[in-house]
Amino acid sequence: MNAPDVGILPLFLASILTSNILLANFLGTCSFISISKDFKSSMGLGLAVTMVIGICAAICWAVLNFLIRPLGIEYLSFIIFIIVIAGVVQMLEMIIDRFSPSLYMALGIFLPLITVNCAVLGVILFLQIRNYDFIQSVVFGFGSGAGWWLAIMLLAAIRTKLDKNNAVPAGLKGTGITLITIGFMAMAFIGFSGMIAVQ
Amino acid sequence: MSPARKVFNEGLWSNNPIFVQVLGICSTLAVTNNLSNTLVMVLGVTFATAMGSFTLSLLKDLIPRKVRMIVQVLVISFYVIIVDILLKAYQPAISKQLGPYVGLIITNCILMGRAEAFAAANKPGLSFLDGIANGLGYGWVLISIAFVRELLGFGTLFGLKIFGDGFTPWTIMVMAPSAFFLVALALWIANIVKAKAEAAAKTPKPKAAVPAPAKQ
Repeated sequence: MNAPDVGILPLFLASILTSNILLANFLGTCSFISISKDFKSSMGLGLAVTMVIGICAAICWAVLNFLIRPLGIEYLSFIIFIIVIAGVVQMLEMIIDRFSPSLYMALGIFLPLITVNCAVLGVILFLQIRNYDFIQSVVFGFGSGAGWWLAIMLLAAIRTKLDKNNAVPAGLKGTGITLITIGFMAMAFIGFSGMIAVQ
Repeated sequence: MSPARKVFNEGLWSNNPIFVQVLGICSTLAVTNNLSNTLVMVLGVTFATAMGSFTLSLLKDLIPRKVRMIVQVLVISFYVIIVDILLKAYQPAISKQLGPYVGLIITNCILMGRAEAFAAANKPGLSFLDGIANGLGYGWVLISIAFVRELLGFGTLFGLKIFGDGFTPWTIMVMAPSAFFLVALALWIANIVKAKAEAAAKTPKPKAAVPAPAKQ
């Protein structure tokens, strides 16, 4: 099986804009809705998610091509990937704690949550199915993370204004109006699809 | 109310995973533009939640607190792998269409949520029922959304043509934004019905305050 013929730059842009992991593929919506209430936390979580997805994409690519495929144990891939993700998150937590306590204070509470963020596992399953090569996997990983980061910051910014608005019907307050906002954002991002399209 | 009935009432309505807990909308909205895919996905989630809660409830005294989360994830992935293998063997076409979303059941927050919130403190049998109730509570909402999306987006239901040739498909219904709009709409209706039921319960009339499920 060969890697798909996709340029690096189009792949990067597409993973941020047109195939945004959140707005087009619905991944990572849970933490997205709960965290986006607060702009600062969104910034921290976005950074952490981007780092974890990028690093996990690189490691999982290696695991997939040097361990899982040669041994023919594809049926175990879910468990192996989830262990890799949990391991990376744990290591990142320790490294950040050791070298940058201030960053650790900022990211600390979000790091363990990332293990069960569907965006991370989603990116890895996509790179397995689409058969990306190493460079493509890393670019796709960081691009998807950046797309998620962009989306959560935009939404957090919108929500700080939205929460002050009293015109929202009572039944739609909170999650309801947030979902509608995300829907409009998804429409805006789909508008880029004339520019680049990578599947 | 017997414990089993209470569990079902909570899972299907009063503590519905989508309306109240706002969990698990991550991976599965993507498959709601097609009824048969949604049905398969819902069955997979229900199976994995029920069996996962059951197993974790059995193991709850054996798991050290520190590694609880990773054990939960591993048990859940075990059942998701079973779902994936069954699908690949018996429904290869649907398995191909669902792509990564079967594997993503692992990170569906409902599974972890129930394991943490219910199975960690209840008996295995009841945890199993709780898993089924939550899977179905999640299922009926998703199936109603998929019903609207497939009907308006393709003019079909389970792949069968419903409208005549004069029907123009609503392309937006097939695309991602409509899923967000429809979940918000469903949430809105559920909130209105709930508010009405609460108001009715406050009035002295001895009327049963069990709300009917919201119509999509």
